[in-house]
Amino acid sequence: MAGLEEEVLARIERQRKLRPRFRDHTLTMAHGAGGKATHTLIAGLFAPAFDNPALAPLADAAAVEIDGARLALSTDAFVVKPLRFPGGSIGELAVNGTVNDLAVSGARPLALAAAFVIEEGLDADVLRAEVNAMKEAAGRAGVAIVTGDTKVVERGKADGMYIATTGLGVRDERVRPAADSIAVGDRIVLSGTIGDHGTAIMLARGDLEMDADVVSDTAPLWALVEGLIGAVGEHVRVMRDPTRGGVATVLNELAGDAELGIVVDEDAVPVRPEVKGACEILGLDPMYVANEGKLLAVVAADAAQAAVDALRAVPGGEDAAIVGHVAEQPAGMVLVNTTFGGTRIMDMLIGDPLPRIC
Amino acid sequence: MRFVDEFRNAEIARSLGAKIAALAEPGRHYKIMEVCGGHTHTIYKHGIEDHLPDNIELVHGPGCPVCVIPMGRVDDGISIATRDGVIFTCFGDMMRVPGSNGSLLDAKAAGADVRFVYSPLDAYKLARNNPDREVVFFAIGFETTAPSTALTLMRAKTEGIKNFSVMCNHVTIIPPVKALLESPDLRLDAFIGPGHVSTVIGCRPYEFIPADYGQPVVVAGFEPLDLLQAIHMIMLQLAEGRAEVENQYGRVVAWEGNLRALQVMQEVFELRPYFEWRGLGFISQSALKLSPAYADFDAELRFEVPGVRVADPKACQCGEVLKGVIKPWECKVFGTACTPEKPIGTCMVSSEGACAAYYNYGRFARSRARAGA
Repeated sequence: MAGLEEEVLARIERQRKLRPRFRDHTLTMAHGAGGKATHTLIAGLFAPAFDNPALAPLADAAAVEIDGARLALSTDAFVVKPLRFPGGSIGELAVNGTVNDLAVSGARPLALAAAFVIEEGLDADVLRAEVNAMKEAAGRAGVAIVTGDTKVVERGKADGMYIATTGLGVRDERVRPAADSIAVGDRIVLSGTIGDHGTAIMLARGDLEMDADVVSDTAPLWALVEGLIGAVGEHVRVMRDPTRGGVATVLNELAGDAELGIVVDEDAVPVRPEVKGACEILGLDPMYVANEGKLLAVVAADAAQAAVDALRAVPGGEDAAIVGHVAEQPAGMVLVNTTFGGTRIMDMLIGDPLPRIC
Repeated sequence: MRFVDEFRNAEIARSLGAKIAALAEPGRHYKIMEVCGGHTHTIYKHGIEDHLPDNIELVHGPGCPVCVIPMGRVDDGISIATRDGVIFTCFGDMMRVPGSNGSLLDAKAAGADVRFVYSPLDAYKLARNNPDREVVFFAIGFETTAPSTALTLMRAKTEGIKNFSVMCNHVTIIPPVKALLESPDLRLDAFIGPGHVSTVIGCRPYEFIPADYGQPVVVAGFEPLDLLQAIHMIMLQLAEGRAEVENQYGRVVAWEGNLRALQVMQEVFELRPYFEWRGLGFISQSALKLSPAYADFDAELRFEVPGVRVADPKACQCGEVLKGVIKPWECKVFGTACTPEKPIGTCMVSSEGACAAYYNYGRFARSRARAGA
């Protein structure tokens, strides 16, 4: 029996390594959830169509070189509902989301472009508040919003407003992030508690009639990144910003790119008790819940403690911790050592995180 | 997290694991079925099998409410969902269950107003807030969820709400367990009784299992230590040659169940003469429909549904998996043609389904444990 099981598992892993093909007839919410369906859409449709060397790594930001200047370019669209939530709002998110994609690519954010899609009938004060939120967030992140575009669509079309931002940054010389530099023994470092943003949004939607003191963690990451690379820059293999799909999805992407295994110690992952409680009730795993102000880094083992110390010295990095390590096996997969003393696989997010029923 | 972490203590787990191993006779193979999908999920999520000796095998039972819904019922639901003016509501997992022509999620992408809710009461509130729309709730679940559907319907009747109806797929736990015990291709040693179902029906309904079939039943809670303790209680019974119904989940389950819940179910539902279970076929008196007093709220009467029986896909072996006859990975399409993102069978849909739980959590851990790494 064990022989058959091994064979089946090997067959499954072969299948999982095939390049994803996008064969769906219609787009569903799952294609936007940041998990497997999103991955299939990008790798199966966008990447082959637009194929070029800057796009190929499918990174948070593209590395481009213009006349010797090492730049990074990133873009993101924000469609959050509700527009304001405990701890932040769509405007703040629109700035932080894009500057963070630059930061985790090792680039200091310089400038942003912003496009607004606004629903007819939106209260002008709502727009004013978001413009102000963007102004303040840009100030905190040290970027200028240098150009933009405005469109208004019919009532009922855009949930109030959508914002898309594009950011330009200059890559820091002290770090050369690359997923293929990940090696066995490297440590996984997180800058703080996970799941805060996604949980805050779910609670703010009000469908659950649950109250908990959870606020979004939306924040610019450059200060943390700078603290980290200032201390151990040459030992940083790769940095990520675990947004949609959460830490689980990011680790799966890294394990897949590096063709190595990642082992996470459930006990070591910082999670606020109120987030843990809300997720427990909803049947969700905080590892899959979105963050908007957390840095995940893979760092050489020798430098891991120095990395944690450096992060802890930066405001917002007080809860930084080593949460796992890179192993030879299981290649391309993420394994969790559970608090209970067992092990389980942590796969990529499938579809939207739907609640379990009983 | 207080009241949760206490039930996930690795130290206690290791000591229970050692006690269980000491009770297991070398050379004997133990097959224990956890009836409930919630237990299957806990087993994989926390890696409970890592604490058990090799000769204790956990067999996953039919107690996942999503997994047992046959394709024809999904098709009927979609036929209602795609009507003009209907808001179709169901629990999250149910939206991904494939019918013969796509899932409710596909119907939603194609324009149907399908929404997921956390409770029948949420669906009812939608009906009250949208008086010009027909709100239909696709009710699934064992005795666990049936009382909340019943209470919601009683409220709808009292408040005279006309635009709310229920497509009832509630099932009962005892008939499929009986069917399993009668099944010639499965030989079990004991059962882990379902925790949530038992909060409603109590422990008495399981008494026929030790009495007629000589097998122990221990009703268990859903935290990993609950399950390990229940397995320990089962192993004690087997070692001492006893067969009884015992209640590990006494902090929640009363021996007599919840009489008030049983009463409201009695008022709102009646037994269907038979119902088709995914993979298990037709089982008599195994499901509920709305009683004549609540016929006005019956979506199957309010809307015309095709009601066509659709055979399970040929390649799919959900039936054998649900009966515990084969392990998920022994199914021909497991993990290749049938995956959580493109499920063929229902067991791959819900996180409580044996296939999805094994695929998501157990795929590597078990084989590694076997290899002794």
